[in-house]
Amino acid sequence: MTLDFSTTIAGVRFKNPIFTASGCAASGKELSQFFPLKELGAVVTKSIMLKARSGRPTPRMAETPSGMLNSIGLQGPGIDAFIEEDLAWLQTQSCDVIVSIAGETVDEYGALARRLRGQRGIKAIEVNISCPNVANRGQVFSCDPVTARAAIEAVRINLGGEFPIIAKLSPDVTDIVAIAREVIEAGADGLALINTLLGMVINPKTLRPHLAGKTGGLSGPAIRPVAVRAIFQVRERFPSVAIVGMGGVVHGEDALELVAAGADAVSIGTASFGNPMSVIEIRDRLSTLIQDHGFTRFSDAVGVAHER
Amino acid sequence: MRQINKAARHTTGRLLSIRKVGTYFHLVLQAEGIAEGAKPGNFIALSVGGDQSSMLLHRVFAIYRSRQDPSHGAVIELIVARSGKGSDWLVAQSEGTLLKITGPLGTSFPLPADPVNVAIVGGGYGAAPLFDLADHLKARGCRVDAIIGAATSSKVFAPLEGKRTVNSVTVTTDDGSAGIQGRVTDVLPEIITRQRIDLIYSCGPMAMLRAVDDIARSLSIPHQVSVEEAMACGVGICMTCVLPMMRGDKVKMVRTCIEGPVIDGEEIAWDEVAR
Repeated sequence: MTLDFSTTIAGVRFKNPIFTASGCAASGKELSQFFPLKELGAVVTKSIMLKARSGRPTPRMAETPSGMLNSIGLQGPGIDAFIEEDLAWLQTQSCDVIVSIAGETVDEYGALARRLRGQRGIKAIEVNISCPNVANRGQVFSCDPVTARAAIEAVRINLGGEFPIIAKLSPDVTDIVAIAREVIEAGADGLALINTLLGMVINPKTLRPHLAGKTGGLSGPAIRPVAVRAIFQVRERFPSVAIVGMGGVVHGEDALELVAAGADAVSIGTASFGNPMSVIEIRDRLSTLIQDHGFTRFSDAVGVAHER
Repeated sequence: MRQINKAARHTTGRLLSIRKVGTYFHLVLQAEGIAEGAKPGNFIALSVGGDQSSMLLHRVFAIYRSRQDPSHGAVIELIVARSGKGSDWLVAQSEGTLLKITGPLGTSFPLPADPVNVAIVGGGYGAAPLFDLADHLKARGCRVDAIIGAATSSKVFAPLEGKRTVNSVTVTTDDGSAGIQGRVTDVLPEIITRQRIDLIYSCGPMAMLRAVDDIARSLSIPHQVSVEEAMACGVGICMTCVLPMMRGDKVKMVRTCIEGPVIDGEEIAWDEVAR
């Protein structure tokens, strides 16, 4: 009995359901020395902005119980250098690529989408409307139904239907189902659930926030139950929307939890920091577990927790 | 500009021995496939806490020495200071423990082509990788003078075999419990003049590196520093270990796990380094 481990996200087939998480694999080159990138379902790039950005000052990181806070602030080369160098390199790796984008304004989201039209080797666009590391918390597009809708509409109009749109949402909202509804209505083909939660650590010696940026995004197993809950709630309300799940997956068992809650694919983020082979180890373990449960197709396990 | 650590491998290695050296711990790890390619200045990353650990992030350590052991093959030696829960766990492990190791990582100390006069300046456990470097420098005919500083005598890392390698060792401690009371920078200018130092290598706390670089710049002596920034991954994907560095006429936040830890002192934008 062989397992059909493929998955379909918004009409696009991926050979397996394990992806990198945006911001946790740069643009793939660093992990490619440990395994061929084509072993993954997809490489999801760091979120690319219109212009080069140096990010926030240090310290940018604090380890927390079963997790970490980061306040990188979307450091990156900007879309032009990304297309010229990173995307060009990824196109030589025979791997499937999802490009993540982040804008500071609605217009920037549109401009980023326009810039990606006609680029080869892209399977989908992740629209990061939920990065917590911006100077003004009011700029977290996905925390407000109006701005969430506007950002996704700008991408949809400018992308011209060329690639599926995956909207990455923040769990830092009262009702994530309501935000999901807005972005689906605005044209999102899939959802990435969840981005980090906003957190803070105070240094016990200095009695000041440990991070230079004061607040940071909390990731790792500490947030996994939040991810499982968000995926479950959104899947329950939208049975047919594609969901890429993420949030503290370190072992194959964790990935299966997200799949059972309703994730069509699972992204691995923080786990790669402590073990660059995590993605491969999780992929292999998930495949075994799904077969142990008697499934012959991965897709049959998606959302199984909703059955009575 | 380096983009990745080309020689890096991920493997499981055995802790062969662990013993206390002053307030530090000397660890010997079996590291097949990693130790062979390691150069002085490189570092490794370890996972801590076991498979169900609540500590997810890599712990990074400068390589003290890498060598071929007659009975255990390729081994890496580390000098570990207890600095938190991760290192507490590590130094509590017994011989035989299996550890996930990634390395060798980062840049190495560039070696001079000619037999020049070199000063190595180490602060605390930062002295460890400098003794391995000294071996390589001596093999090239360099004169090597070591200046080793620490807060107090139990934090001075100056092993006997290391002391034998170098031409002289000057120890400084803040409290005067060993060597000369004061800082490494109190004795460095005199040694530079007396030994006609052509080149300086340093490794230790950021404030010490900066003070040494001030002296090196004022005397126009090339200075290679090995920095220690907080890292989550060590392999270039987390973007937390960045340091402001001069790139052309601009300051850029550069990953010290890829373009460091060994950096030309002249490239660091010290005024923008977080304190």
